[in-house]
Amino acid sequence: MSSESFQMLFDIILKNEKSLLSDWLENLKNIGKEIKKAISTSEIEKRANEFLNVLVDACKQKNPDIHSKSWEGTRDYLITLTKEWAFSGVSSGQAARFVFSLKQTLFQIIAKEKLSESLSNEIIWNANNLMDELGLFVVESYQKSREDVIKRQQQELLELSTPVVKIWNGILILPLIGTLDSARTQVVLENLLQSIVDTESQIAIIDITGVPTVDTLVAQHLLKTVAAARLMGTQCIISGIRPQIAQTMVHLGVTFSDVVTKATLADALYFAFNTIGFVVQKKA
Amino acid sequence: MEHIPILKVGNFLLVTIQVDMHDRLVMQLQDDICQRVIKDKAKGVLIDISSLEVVDSFIGRMLGTIATMTKTLGAETVVVGMRPAVAITIVELGLKLENVHTALNVDKGIALLQSLVNGGEVLYDSFEK
Repeated sequence: MSSESFQMLFDIILKNEKSLLSDWLENLKNIGKEIKKAISTSEIEKRANEFLNVLVDACKQKNPDIHSKSWEGTRDYLITLTKEWAFSGVSSGQAARFVFSLKQTLFQIIAKEKLSESLSNEIIWNANNLMDELGLFVVESYQKSREDVIKRQQQELLELSTPVVKIWNGILILPLIGTLDSARTQVVLENLLQSIVDTESQIAIIDITGVPTVDTLVAQHLLKTVAAARLMGTQCIISGIRPQIAQTMVHLGVTFSDVVTKATLADALYFAFNTIGFVVQKKA
Repeated sequence: MEHIPILKVGNFLLVTIQVDMHDRLVMQLQDDICQRVIKDKAKGVLIDISSLEVVDSFIGRMLGTIATMTKTLGAETVVVGMRPAVAITIVELGLKLENVHTALNVDKGIALLQSLVNGGEVLYDSFEK
């Protein structure tokens, strides 16, 4: 693959800049069915125009390596493009197809040059490689922006899923929902301890109604939380242990010794009121 | 020789730790507390660690040791005002601190000591003003 044939490819692209766009748009009308499901025609035309502009700019630098500095503008453009498409629900395949659809137009234009067969083949091969690289780059950056979205959602979920609620003067409730792993336990623990400091609560109720399974690891996490709260001067009550979970725990040999456990949140609250010395009474 | 001041309040001893602890200082504190419990005939010891930001395994263990020693000498120990970070550290170190009673602040600590010394259960009522 000589760089000479690459230079010729770039020259051909630069020379045919205008017809490349119109031909490509023409071709997109026929082969773009898959893409059109997700993106509107006007959007495709706009993007095709912009993409060709940055592509032509990069071709002027005459550097075949798309990871080099000459291609920075093209790469930046593709990154923002895929980010927007990833948000608006365009699939990675559709985004890649958009780039690959330029191949046909490119090959047609090269064929029109009427070069010798071997030279023409070489240039087509180069164009093919170039478009493949760009297509792969689109898929990679698409994946990356999707991963960013997932990471951000995980973080948000972590913050959303660990509320600490002051239910009465001196009583905190910590309703846990979902599986408890080490990372979540750490957040739960820190939130709980900080709330204890802020509210000066003597009792914290940890409600595990929404925890699907309690294995040895989860139990250990819970006991750690209870121990840390005790060190700060707060008594913990664990509530919401369902019958199946109680059975599994006993089979596993997991016990919450030294911790008050109640079946329901109501029982725990009643116990907490009792401990603090409140009486709930029906109006006479 | 550095000392941490120990104040006598009624039947109780009040220890406020306001400096960073190091090993020799905590050994000295243990020694001082034991002697003062005997000398003042104290029924309870209140250790305020709300200014303590860093604990290591030795200081954490010494809290437990001091509590066990005072219990042997007939006085209960209450540790108050532990910071969240300190509590997490002690739990992660796997220290049990079984003889240590805890409370949120000095106020509640004294109420707890009183109920412990008066025998019987902890009266949480007395916490409420």
